Amino acid sequence: MPGALSHLRICDFTGQLAGAGATRFLGAFGAQVIRIEDPVMQGRWDILRGMPPYVDERRGGNLGGAFNNHNVEKLGITLNLRTEKGKEILRQLIAVSDCVTENFAAGVLDRWGFTYEAMKAIRPGIVYVSNCGFGHVGPYSRFKTWGPIVQAVSGLTFSSGLSGQPPAGWGYSYMDHTGAYYMAIAILAALRHRNVTGEGQHVDLACVQAGATLNGPALLDFTVNGRRTRREGSPDANRSPYPAMAPHGIYPTDGDDNWVAIACRDDDDWRSLCAIVGQPWTAELRFATTTGRLANEDDLDDYIAAWTAAHDRFALARDLREAGVPASAVQRPGERIDEDADTAAWGLWPAVHHSEMGTVRVDGLPVHASETDWRIERSAPCLGEDNDLVYGEVLGFAPAAIAALREEGVI
Amino acid sequence: MSANGPLAGIRVIELCDEKGAFAGKLLADMGAEVVKVEHPAGDPTRAYGPFLEDQPGPERSLWFWHYNTSKLGVTLDIDQPEGQVLFRRLVAGADILIESEPPGRLATLGLDYADLQPANPGLIMVSITPFGRDGPRSHEPATDLTLAANGGFAWMNGYDDHSLPPVRGGGHQAYHTGAHFAVMSALTAILARDAGAPGQLIDVNINAALNVTTEAGSYTWLVNQGTVQRQTGRHAGVSPSMPSQVRCADGRYVNTGIPPRRGADFTNLIEWMTTLGLLDEFPLLPLLELGVLRDRIDLSRIAEDAEVREIFGAGRQAFEFVASRIPAYDFFIGGQQRGFQVGIIYPPEELFDDPHFVARGWPVEVDHPELGKSFTYPGAPISFGAAPWRIARRAPLLGEDNAQVWSDLGLTAAEIAGFRARGVL
Repeated sequence: MPGALSHLRICDFTGQLAGAGATRFLGAFGAQVIRIEDPVMQGRWDILRGMPPYVDERRGGNLGGAFNNHNVEKLGITLNLRTEKGKEILRQLIAVSDCVTENFAAGVLDRWGFTYEAMKAIRPGIVYVSNCGFGHVGPYSRFKTWGPIVQAVSGLTFSSGLSGQPPAGWGYSYMDHTGAYYMAIAILAALRHRNVTGEGQHVDLACVQAGATLNGPALLDFTVNGRRTRREGSPDANRSPYPAMAPHGIYPTDGDDNWVAIACRDDDDWRSLCAIVGQPWTAELRFATTTGRLANEDDLDDYIAAWTAAHDRFALARDLREAGVPASAVQRPGERIDEDADTAAWGLWPAVHHSEMGTVRVDGLPVHASETDWRIERSAPCLGEDNDLVYGEVLGFAPAAIAALREEGVI
Repeated sequence: MSANGPLAGIRVIELCDEKGAFAGKLLADMGAEVVKVEHPAGDPTRAYGPFLEDQPGPERSLWFWHYNTSKLGVTLDIDQPEGQVLFRRLVAGADILIESEPPGRLATLGLDYADLQPANPGLIMVSITPFGRDGPRSHEPATDLTLAANGGFAWMNGYDDHSLPPVRGGGHQAYHTGAHFAVMSALTAILARDAGAPGQLIDVNINAALNVTTEAGSYTWLVNQGTVQRQTGRHAGVSPSMPSQVRCADGRYVNTGIPPRRGADFTNLIEWMTTLGLLDEFPLLPLLELGVLRDRIDLSRIAEDAEVREIFGAGRQAFEFVASRIPAYDFFIGGQQRGFQVGIIYPPEELFDDPHFVARGWPVEVDHPELGKSFTYPGAPISFGAAPWRIARRAPLLGEDNAQVWSDLGLTAAEIAGFRARGVL
């Protein structure tokens, strides 16, 4: 059976993670993603091309580990859009594509002459999805962002901290991943709309707007009850005032920087925990109910932390789970990737063969579809790797014509 | 311009707790007809806070309000045989069933994909579970917190001071991440079906979703077995990086982003400090002026070139100095107007008043006729040009749409009343 999306062609200008992550998902499900790069800048529109991590001491634009991870299952072509010929070739490509995607700063595609209206004239029904931090419209549309700035402005950095401490934020670009997920949703939803109505559209995705919706109940607590997250003792991302759970936290265990997460969802979980702890304080009446435990959470957490500190995090989490209490070691990357039975059984880390990097494992997808499942076998393209394939088979150029374009610096 | 959303015409049955309700909301706000199936006693999340005026009650949960906008609500006890019959009838007319029941439960009830699909060959069923439907850890108990610990979020979030615990990340992002993949894969299956594929079963594993939503955490290990370490307010890294979070004069925080690197950046910085009247107070001004003379700071030479180090460091310190002397919002706007990638660390509630979010129509009013009031909700995550995202209605009251949904399936009023009397609805 063909891939779920193998009937779709994406004319793809995305890069980094916030854009590349979206077309990666589509490519893994079979969409033909044609990634366009600039031959003059050697593809460095996407700074990840040459950025760490690296497999060895070699450096170069085809050797960036993050780039390889984010661009599997895509075709890579070069096209010089400073040239008229380059623009004409882009028009030909748009004419046979379902969707144009990009995450440039606002206005880049417009300045090349490829406004939504222009693309629609080339290909009626075209779906154009742009993704940038603040979007293409609004007072901040010229502002610059990357993941940490998106997270800061959208409220996600603030809501991720501990009581009495400054914001901890996110130790990675959560909103580059998640912005990519919203971009994929936008592409798929707009294509569905096109399938039904024949109508294309420009989707103006702003990552900050997607991020802003991700603190929902706290936002309503403000608009309905007037309660701010910025107040004494708040926020504390390791606690759970709603849904009401206590104990609910990340506690130290034996060893250096070793931690365990424990969540008691209700009084049954609490009694199961108490049976394992077996210390007198667990019988204190003030801890008998969730309400009581939440009201005395500082003391409760001190007791729990003193108890967990002597235990091995994996053994403790296993014992708690076997008693029905949600618990997990805070896993290091190597532990969750190489030692977690779940990710191994899932096939979460497929290996791809890259012509310069060799065999490298990459992120898989966390879904399996019974009929048209994803497949990740192909590495990210080296610069211009698929020029012959795309210009020859997709656009029908003769080999001599492709050679001439190369000669003229168009591709 | 359609008023119905891009997913108009897609019929979804949602049987989800807090793990999947967000996926249903995303589909419903984009125009799908989503019928939320609750036990007659009410979905457990109706007991989740915060509550309207802090008074608990099944129609007062702001959690439930948020996660169930635009959905129709019906009640059904699928543990009763009659309820199972009705569930099959409901799903027979659906495009998508999205569920987050414990693995194996629906099979026990005769309501799993194999039971439902024969009557509806195009059915797309999406299961959202902590560890997949049938993996080695499928039956382990888990919550948003323990998934964040297991799946890699927590290891990367926290503080420079490692005596403080790692941080989950606020806002139930483990569940959100599972929900995002549920929506992406459900729509993928819809497009496949549009192109001729049959219906299918989609297994969404939240733990796996987190594992592949950790950026450098995973790929650094996969590429060269490096382990990133958490740092306050910035990327966890194999090697430590300089702080980028500053408390401003008004007590709010900013992310100072990327310090000046080009001569023009230093020119803009000096102009900014002059405008603010702060230039004379900054002792490292001569280094900023040296920065102006450089086309670009070559950061690859920072280790061996002391002057590069001093100039770059002075730019960073100037950012910290300016931030500490002005309100966070002024730092954000003033910096961005000068081309610096800086950001205010907004408390979420302050977004409702931000001019950019207001201009883009993000705050939306949602009518609650049962209360005679309307409230402001967080609006569109995605700005569609045609067929806009919208909240069609506030979350359903318990069983609010029983009459409509069940009568559309051909039940008479008397039959519906009978099922209600027997506790099936």
